[in-house]
Amino acid sequence: MSTATMQSPDELTVEHVVTRAPVSRAQRWGAGIALILIGLLTIWRFGIDGHHDQDAKIQLGATGAAHVPHFSIPAVPVAWVAGIITVLLGLLWLAVPRRRWFGLIMGIGIGLFVVALICWLASASSSAFVDVVGLLTSSINLAVPLILGALCGVMCERSGVINVAIEGQMLAGAWTSALIGTVVGAAAGMLAGAFAGALLGALLAVFAIKYLVNQVVLGVVLNVLAAGLTGFFYDAFMQPHTQALNQPPLLDPIKIPLLGDIPVIGPLFFDTSIIVYITYVLIVAVDVWLFRTRWGLRTRAVGEHPKAADTVGINVLGMRYRNVIIGGAIAGLGGSYFIFEVGQFQKNITSGQGFIALAALIFGRWSPRGAVAAALLFGFASAMQVTLSINAPAIPSTFVAMVPYIATILAVAGLVGKVRAPAADGEPYVKD
Amino acid sequence: MSEQTFDPAADPQAHLVAADGQRPAPTGFWSRLAASNLMVTVLAIVTAMLIGGVLIAMADPKTQDAAHYFFQYPWDTFTYGFQAIWHGYVALFEGAIFNPHTAASGTLAGYFNPISETLTNATPLILGGLSVGLAFRAGLFNIGGQGQVIAGAICAGFVGFHWQLPYGLHLLLGIIAGILGGAAWGGLAGLLKAKTGAHEVITTIMLNYIALYLLAYLLSVKGFQKPPYGQAISYPVHKTAQLPPLLGGSVRVHAGLILALLAAWFFAWLIDRSTLGFRLRAVGANQFAARTAGMNVENSYITVMLIAGALCGLAGVSQILGTNTQLTGDIDAGIGFDAITVALLGRANAKGIVAAGLLFGALHAGGTQMQSATGTPIDLVQVIQALIVLFIAAPMLVRAIWRIKGTGTGIGGQMAKGWNG
Repeated sequence: MSTATMQSPDELTVEHVVTRAPVSRAQRWGAGIALILIGLLTIWRFGIDGHHDQDAKIQLGATGAAHVPHFSIPAVPVAWVAGIITVLLGLLWLAVPRRRWFGLIMGIGIGLFVVALICWLASASSSAFVDVVGLLTSSINLAVPLILGALCGVMCERSGVINVAIEGQMLAGAWTSALIGTVVGAAAGMLAGAFAGALLGALLAVFAIKYLVNQVVLGVVLNVLAAGLTGFFYDAFMQPHTQALNQPPLLDPIKIPLLGDIPVIGPLFFDTSIIVYITYVLIVAVDVWLFRTRWGLRTRAVGEHPKAADTVGINVLGMRYRNVIIGGAIAGLGGSYFIFEVGQFQKNITSGQGFIALAALIFGRWSPRGAVAAALLFGFASAMQVTLSINAPAIPSTFVAMVPYIATILAVAGLVGKVRAPAADGEPYVKD
Repeated sequence: MSEQTFDPAADPQAHLVAADGQRPAPTGFWSRLAASNLMVTVLAIVTAMLIGGVLIAMADPKTQDAAHYFFQYPWDTFTYGFQAIWHGYVALFEGAIFNPHTAASGTLAGYFNPISETLTNATPLILGGLSVGLAFRAGLFNIGGQGQVIAGAICAGFVGFHWQLPYGLHLLLGIIAGILGGAAWGGLAGLLKAKTGAHEVITTIMLNYIALYLLAYLLSVKGFQKPPYGQAISYPVHKTAQLPPLLGGSVRVHAGLILALLAAWFFAWLIDRSTLGFRLRAVGANQFAARTAGMNVENSYITVMLIAGALCGLAGVSQILGTNTQLTGDIDAGIGFDAITVALLGRANAKGIVAAGLLFGALHAGGTQMQSATGTPIDLVQVIQALIVLFIAAPMLVRAIWRIKGTGTGIGGQMAKGWNG
């Protein structure tokens, strides 16, 4: 903030006053103590109690592939260094909390913990190793449906319609993709999945916008409806005729010529299935669309203050219909990802991923970039679960599975910064 | 459906609507009936059952075959279709209310098994519905029934199979443990809302999954998991801690039903007669007015979520000490989400919730029979349930379909507010 004080025409002095955005007490103490605890845990579990007799063996690629880069580092010193830095970061945050450093400090702290954890896992026995590229690849694969679901949430909720039915839209998309994918082909299956998601989105839009139904109630009911309908049609049609109706083709990975040959990054990002490439495009598209286009500006206006938007001539209800239906299509595509990864539709194939996507949306503070980052984080947590259950079966992997949910609760409770939804999110707009 | 015993006067919105005088009072019995919520409820059920009928016909193999030559001889499609619907709904009735085939054997189970199944299914639905309904009345949306049922079932189950106590005392302690477990899980969401403003919908969804993973963990540790540790299933609850059967051992209905009815009575007393209930309703109707009137809104949030959690905990008790005797990964059986539909159909009042719980319990019991008798997938019940609530929530749509006049918003309309509300 700057205030200009004019004393006389000759003598103009400009006084700069810098005010810092205050950090709430909960955030200051919650984040600081959390960092110190994480640091101490790292030192104790991976340092003092670590595997002193083994080095951490890190591989950058699957065993068996030609020329896999690999190296080994001593795990215990890494843990000590990581833990001490994390504790220092926690103390630094407690002493001088600055809001703009928050993401950086938390990111470094949690990143160091993860590095120490991976080193610890990779030194668990003489044969243990961790394939970092494989871990990241499966993180991305697990994150793709979450990203698509969360982008659906961004579209809907930025325009002011709460979407708790992401799960249902994904499920509808998955069922339809399996059917059309088997009968016609993979491309048609993806389109059909997106269409089914859009259909459920349209249902959500009509009931929320036209019939003014409470949107959380509506989302829950649509989830039940989607689970019931897909389950019913699965039992009635698909189960008896699996060969003819539920045998969709798997999508082969497509390698992009030059980019795919880069070591580590190539196989990680540029050698995957078409849906993942579409996801990359959608991430950029939604972000640009929301913050760089007229439509996006209007969408945000409708989501924040529909009355003001209406006053300047924006079609509030029309914007909401379009955004919710497009969002539904994105979630439906997320549903078809399950089909073309697994190969068959099963009842409740989405198994709560739609709700994790909702969590990612909220954890990412209703912004596309934040939601994608949160989805990747949650995908990494799921991938970590598998690595943990292989290298350290003593640690119950169910606790790792809880990470996304606990993180989201902490986020909405304000322990890791203020999370605020679009102001008019969930409020139906009635012209008076 | 014969269980529909709604009292329109007990409509939770009636006082709200009457207060601002938006709804003109219709005169005459028939027009009043047509404009009432009861009419919307009945028509919503009828519409949902009609759509369900179409689905039954679509799933019937004979109808499917006939549809192949629909344009040569359409009559076959309709004949077989209607036969399928008739047989499906007859089987639904036989599974839920009375089955003349099994009654012919003359045994107690033959007569009462269908109704016993309905009541067994209805018990946790009523308890869960009361939980969600109570939160509704206080302006909160308890979407965390699943987690609270699981928490209640874990605590009650642990007391049930781990402790050795005499009859009576053991059951009592089991029930209390279940109530406390559910209350803690629900109260956590209330506490978060009161202290930090975290929206209860978000926290309760997250707590559902945390409870699911906690249960999965417990079912893999010694002390909980039953040897030989192959399956994710707990030790069985001791006989001393089980809810006694109401109609002898041959049918499943158990004393959990009495708990549910007592809870419904308590709900009605709490909401309509007690000071606390008045405070909760005031907070639900307008939290700012309630705060201005000197009420402690934050405390109300904690209290209501504690009680709501306790009611779901009781549903967990009914699951683990009554219907089942061992904890499994799906001990909640979807009650948490079904309870939301029960509370909405019951319009968040005690009588309505009991009736709605009985209706959905009957649908579940009948759905099982329908699946085994006619091969219609039981998921149909879920579809019908969702459709009923969808229509109830949008009375304008139902009235438009059946071309009747009337006004009034749907349930939950008065609390249509967003994450920031």
